[in-house]
Amino acid sequence: MMKTRVVVTGMGVCAPNGISLSEFAASLKNGVSGIRFHPELEKLKFGCQIAGKPQIDDVDLNEYFSKIQLKGLNASGVFYGVIAGKDAWKDAGLASTSNETPDWDSGIIFGTGILGVDKFREAIYQVDAGNVRRLGSTSVIQTMASGISAYLGGMLGCGNQVTTNSSACTTGTEAILMGYDRIKNKKAKRMLVGSCSDSGPYVWGGFDAMRILPRNYNNKPGAASRPMSASAAGFVPGSGAGAMVLESLESALERGATIYGEIIGGDVNSGGQMGGGSMTAPNGEAVQRCITNAIQDSGIDPKDIDAVNGHLTATAKDPNEISNWSQALGRFGIDFPFVNSFKALFGHCLAAAGSIECVGTLLQFRENQIFGSINCEDIHPEIISMIDASKIPQATIEFEPKIIAKASFGFGDVNACIIFKAYSQKQP
Amino acid sequence: MQEERYQKLKDIVQTYLPDDVAVEAIQPESNFTQELNINSANLVDIVLDVEDAFDIMLENEDMDGMQTVKDALKIIDLKIAAK
Repeated sequence: MMKTRVVVTGMGVCAPNGISLSEFAASLKNGVSGIRFHPELEKLKFGCQIAGKPQIDDVDLNEYFSKIQLKGLNASGVFYGVIAGKDAWKDAGLASTSNETPDWDSGIIFGTGILGVDKFREAIYQVDAGNVRRLGSTSVIQTMASGISAYLGGMLGCGNQVTTNSSACTTGTEAILMGYDRIKNKKAKRMLVGSCSDSGPYVWGGFDAMRILPRNYNNKPGAASRPMSASAAGFVPGSGAGAMVLESLESALERGATIYGEIIGGDVNSGGQMGGGSMTAPNGEAVQRCITNAIQDSGIDPKDIDAVNGHLTATAKDPNEISNWSQALGRFGIDFPFVNSFKALFGHCLAAAGSIECVGTLLQFRENQIFGSINCEDIHPEIISMIDASKIPQATIEFEPKIIAKASFGFGDVNACIIFKAYSQKQP
Repeated sequence: MQEERYQKLKDIVQTYLPDDVAVEAIQPESNFTQELNINSANLVDIVLDVEDAFDIMLENEDMDGMQTVKDALKIIDLKIAAK
């Protein structure tokens, strides 16, 4: 039986450094940062007063929401997710179903970590004041985790599986693999996949309290997120959404859709919070296993990988991640593939990180470039001892990647790795 | 006075009309859910907006009796008179 091939036919993004695909691509290419100082965080006495937040003030929300939906909408993740999700659908050349029949062949897996935090805060104040009757009708739909897939499902008229996954900072990458599995198993023809993450002090506060965010860059936000750098001082909190339309190759060819790339395999696993793994730190063996399994699943050789887009958050753990990659790939020094981290430009977008970064990863096929990984002029000495400095492009380079590996890791010791391939007609 | 209240209520209701229902469809006899096609969940929001606009408070039984625009106006009149 012919294996179902799964391709990416549409993408959308709502990132701190770009909301349309073209703006996002230009920012990644030219090293434009979306990390800014937020006076609100200063007022609230945060140690880290900088963050990555999509600038949606300039977006005409009426293009995405009906006036009823906009009334009382106070869930930033829903704004970001709907913008990215609807843009991806449109980019794929798909329309929302106008007739009365759901599109049975199209589904949605759109993850999040926590949704509608600001709406929930509103509700808490009302409830505590004995005003539960004043909550209005949308407190539930704005704050339920699956709110984001529910909003998108109704807007697009999807009739296949419509759900939300949640696995901390692995969420976005996991959502893509879940959609990929569903199409490969012939349960759906098209899946809108992605993830979103709320912004604001109530989401970021817990990380500030853990003292894992940089505190000395409040007056130089652009330099704060320093993946792979010796002076990495913690991750900059971010937010936003990324989305892509996955489709069986058959369906994509039938529609004459644009193909950004192909997913040829992947893996998700967990380190069981053992062997150095914990609620907040990864078990290195599990990370390597996840990468190795993804490569095996893809039927490629580790040497076929041209580039890696790391999780690389800009904490002291970055050298461990590079070590895991080089051991899993069996490649060191000058033999290591190119590696970059987009987090230098928009911070760690938490549940949205994987999906936004996968969109960026696929744009590298379209642009025939590896986007620069800034803020690591001073590469961490441990990293230099494992891989050659030339493998970390400090600025965007011209290079035609064929295969790129992307991984995300999350609290709870969970991992996901996807292998993307430039599309060509012949079987991979 | 009556006309003013009717206009105010119409403005509120208008916000919750589905895209395919015209504002002109709002008539005194219009049934909120069956004729104006307003999502029943949004009736809750209409009640809250009415409370704010007329500075009154509606009880659950008031809501149950609010089938049409005219019903709503009658309840608003009663509540204002009782203030």
